[in-house]
Amino acid sequence: MSLPFEERADRFQGYREPARSVMERLRIGVWSEVELVNDSGSVFTGVILPRSETADPLHVVVKLINGYNVGVHADRIVKATETGYKKAVYKIPEKDFPRDPLKKNVTLLGTGGTIASRLDYRTGAVIPAFTPGELYGAVPELADIANLTTKKLFGVFSENMGPEQYKALAIAIGEEIERGTDGIVVGHGTDTMSHTGAILSFMVQQSPVPIVLVGSQRSSDRPSSDAALNLMNAVRTAAECDIAEVMLCMFGPTSDKYDLLHRGTRCRKMHSSYRSTFRTVGATPLAMVSRDLFPDGSHFQYINQDFLRRDKARKPVITPVFEEKVTIQYYYPNFQPDIIDGLSDMGYRGLVMAGTGLGHVNKPIYPALKRAVARGMTIVMCVQTLWGYAQMYVYDTGRDLLDIGLVPLDNMLPETAYMKLAWVLGQTDDPARIRQMMTTSINHEITPREPHNGYLILQGGLPEVEAFVNKHWK
Amino acid sequence: MERFDYTSAGLISGLEVHQQLLTSHKLFCRCPAGLYTQTHDGEVLRHMRPTLSELGEYDGTALMEFKTKKEIVYLLNHLNVCTYEMDDTPPFLVNQEAIDIAMELCLTMNMDLIDEVHIARKQYLDGSIPTGFQRTAIVGLNGWLPFKGRRLTVTHVSVEEDSCREVSDRGHRIVWRTDRLGMPLTETVTGPDLRTPEEVRDAILLCGLVARNTRRVRTGIGASRQDINVSVRGGDRVEIKGVPRAGYAVKLVHNEAIRQVQLLALREELRRRGFTDPTHVRVHPHDVSDILADFDLSLYHLRVEDRGRAYAIRVEGVAGLAQWPTQPDNTFLDELSGRIRVIACLDQPPIVLSGAALPDFAGRHRVAERIRKRVRPGQQDDWFLVFGPEDDCRTAAEEIRLRFVDALRGVPKETRQALVGGYTTFERILPGPDRMYPDTDSPPTRITPERVAAIRARLKPAPWERLDRYAGWGVPEETAHWLLRRGGADIVDAAVERTGVSGRLAAIVVGQQAKALARKGIPVESLDIDRWVQAFDLLTAGRIPREGLAPVLTALARDPGLDAEGAARAADVGLLPRGEWMARIHDLGWEAYRPGHTDSPDKRLRFLAGQAMHALRGKAPAREVLEVLQQKVAQEVSR
Repeated sequence: MSLPFEERADRFQGYREPARSVMERLRIGVWSEVELVNDSGSVFTGVILPRSETADPLHVVVKLINGYNVGVHADRIVKATETGYKKAVYKIPEKDFPRDPLKKNVTLLGTGGTIASRLDYRTGAVIPAFTPGELYGAVPELADIANLTTKKLFGVFSENMGPEQYKALAIAIGEEIERGTDGIVVGHGTDTMSHTGAILSFMVQQSPVPIVLVGSQRSSDRPSSDAALNLMNAVRTAAECDIAEVMLCMFGPTSDKYDLLHRGTRCRKMHSSYRSTFRTVGATPLAMVSRDLFPDGSHFQYINQDFLRRDKARKPVITPVFEEKVTIQYYYPNFQPDIIDGLSDMGYRGLVMAGTGLGHVNKPIYPALKRAVARGMTIVMCVQTLWGYAQMYVYDTGRDLLDIGLVPLDNMLPETAYMKLAWVLGQTDDPARIRQMMTTSINHEITPREPHNGYLILQGGLPEVEAFVNKHWK
Repeated sequence: MERFDYTSAGLISGLEVHQQLLTSHKLFCRCPAGLYTQTHDGEVLRHMRPTLSELGEYDGTALMEFKTKKEIVYLLNHLNVCTYEMDDTPPFLVNQEAIDIAMELCLTMNMDLIDEVHIARKQYLDGSIPTGFQRTAIVGLNGWLPFKGRRLTVTHVSVEEDSCREVSDRGHRIVWRTDRLGMPLTETVTGPDLRTPEEVRDAILLCGLVARNTRRVRTGIGASRQDINVSVRGGDRVEIKGVPRAGYAVKLVHNEAIRQVQLLALREELRRRGFTDPTHVRVHPHDVSDILADFDLSLYHLRVEDRGRAYAIRVEGVAGLAQWPTQPDNTFLDELSGRIRVIACLDQPPIVLSGAALPDFAGRHRVAERIRKRVRPGQQDDWFLVFGPEDDCRTAAEEIRLRFVDALRGVPKETRQALVGGYTTFERILPGPDRMYPDTDSPPTRITPERVAAIRARLKPAPWERLDRYAGWGVPEETAHWLLRRGGADIVDAAVERTGVSGRLAAIVVGQQAKALARKGIPVESLDIDRWVQAFDLLTAGRIPREGLAPVLTALARDPGLDAEGAARAADVGLLPRGEWMARIHDLGWEAYRPGHTDSPDKRLRFLAGQAMHALRGKAPAREVLEVLQQKVAQEVSR
């Protein structure tokens, strides 16, 4: 038949006592094709699946021949016959990615995320899968857009991205530019995609080609996933778009219409699950990119003309540094000064305060802030309203904070400020230089003006908004 | 319907009965269930791509549906859908009320309940569900229903979310309304135990009765839909989808049996012509737009002008086979047409024409002549004409080839849509287990023995037990069925158990009199079991006569604040002591009697009865009053 029972390494994958002993006694295990009979005489014919480790230890999961999964209580199994053994190989059909000398060369760097994914039986969740062949198997349309090379840098979920990954990513981007790629796509989980967009904007400056972060809000294991369209649009952006900046490429509306290109320093994930979750804050997105042609015959509609243009002669500046002792604090009423003292005691060198209103915190914490600054901590002020500027001259409280030595960062987003402060502190501990670097905009993380259409949160329910919204794809 | 010997054809049929459950909310979100709307305040556009099954294979249906490259539009109304239905929010925990109802159904059908219920995703790429899959879970299996002296196997029951309602499907764009999406329903799957169309109909009715008997399912149009699986010996499983009524099943099953027998005969004909291998089916598409452009073909002409093309597709060796009969009045050309309509999205009639049977139009012979010169059909060949965008015409050519390849095997496994008149048309290739996928968004639900015990404790008697009992009481069969379907059975059972009233009387009061009151606009359906029981209490305690029930029920229904005693007072109903009502009868006078020239004892009796009715309604037992009146009339006559 097949592998002897004892030689199957994962035969109890995920199963614990008491179900495990029952399986051992009945000589059935994961991937056994079985006929189980329970104490009511019901027969379960199918394959035993691995058990999620977070599930209870009482049931055996059988995938029935009709495709449904059921959990059978181990104590109720009175008879089990193994009729075969078939380990499932979950694989996206892999094909050689075709190359066309007339097409641009794009490099896809993988960090994880759900651009391509498969099931993990251990947790019952989806895990990323990734090679050019697999991608071509899953999204063959990519071959019509560009020649694709892929490199798997790490396989981590978005929330596990950190300093080591940022530095490695910046270095890898530098190498790919050196090799002459026409554009770079970074596959990334969406949760911290804008954080990565921000840090890469600082670590990789003066890029000659587009650097496009892309992910999906609906994993690619679903028919309705946004992954394929996002990926096609990201690859097209990397290959053909004129904007040589770090950008995020994600759905504009929730409909399968077009993606928006958001500047890495100016955007944010604004909904936990919507496809159209990323929004540019305090400005307009750079461009729209669509699989179908826009009326002017182009795949791109540039919204903003103020950007760095593609120029393969330009040499990038890669500065992969990151100070890890930096934190961000979201101010709230009853915020206690000992938090600041504690951070200072623990050796934190940088603190981003997300203050209320125009950039405020309450008076009782002033002494703590003063002590921290005196001990060399850089404290910068952003606004937790996300839109608008820290304008600390308006009220006395703000002016007091300036006297203490807080650095107001205008309309820099708190997460962007965090990334920038970590990056700056990775290079210097000179307070004047830190202040100067933090307040000098590198790539629009601070903008001198906020246009009125940079703040548009339409309020649903209003007649005029409903009339407008009704006319457009969601 | 022509006569047909189902036994010798080896007809086998089974059911998949879909029944909406009566829950307040949908299955995986907190949207209200059962709130339908005809307008929308938002639209979403999506596409679907096939994904891999858990075991790493693509499902055939999924791939087929992907070929159609449809734009899918969802109409949204904020009253009945949220971001879950739009697939912009993961599912919330499964609605336990729905699981409870499904468990109740399972227990009634003698099923074994699943110990741990796992939610699966069943792929549908037609767009009927925005996620691209239906969340579904088996709750019970291995059950049976008593059916015509034997047992009808119930293979399994699953609880699943309902799909969208189709608004339109034109070319490459399909539009869906989302109000129904996500409502909980059960799917009851029977074994392939049915042998005639009439059995199929009766099994549908039985399943309906079981569901209705719980009083926890939705009723009305679309609340219950059947899929019928049919095959004949040598044929294969064909699923007739969306049969709205039991009665429609008879002709649909009959016609499908004939279709399969005919397709098997076609297979023999193909073999006789030397087709034994799929490679023997050879098609040769030719662009003939230029030929048709020279003729005035009205409709077709327009389509050719509108950037469309006309293709003539020669198929070797199939002369005359497009005219092979399948269903009554249908031919194999309709089989080709169905596939082309669905997969190539060429949906404007005539979808496909056979060169052997072109319709009449001016210049037909010259057109046919020029096309023949182009495609050069041999004696044994036929050619087919399709119109539309070039890609779609090429897909159509491929679908024609594939359909003939399927014909070599006999009956292709497919889902067919039920049409009026008992016909069916191709909807999709029958999906297999490969389209099933575990739902990684939802944890499994453990069904504890305590929960099963609680549901078993409140389980209503099975419908067949009730029908037996009511038959034993002498309740007319029609009334008994009505009670089960409309919920009166619970009232009858409670009244009999708690008041000792005769079962037959209770059944007739609830199943006939109450129905009559409702027809008069009296809201008797608002009466709960307790108030019904109070009314029957008055009867069995001798406080009101049988005729007093209707006025008491009317008063109870009209004033929710009343109890039965109050209702009796309000309706001026209450049994008088015999002596008292006898005295009142004695006092009935003849002042108003107009004998005319047809005076007779009968007429006198009718007059007195009218008087008595007026004076004693609800105060004396009608039958006894009548006896007394008969004596009174007799005495007066003899006098």
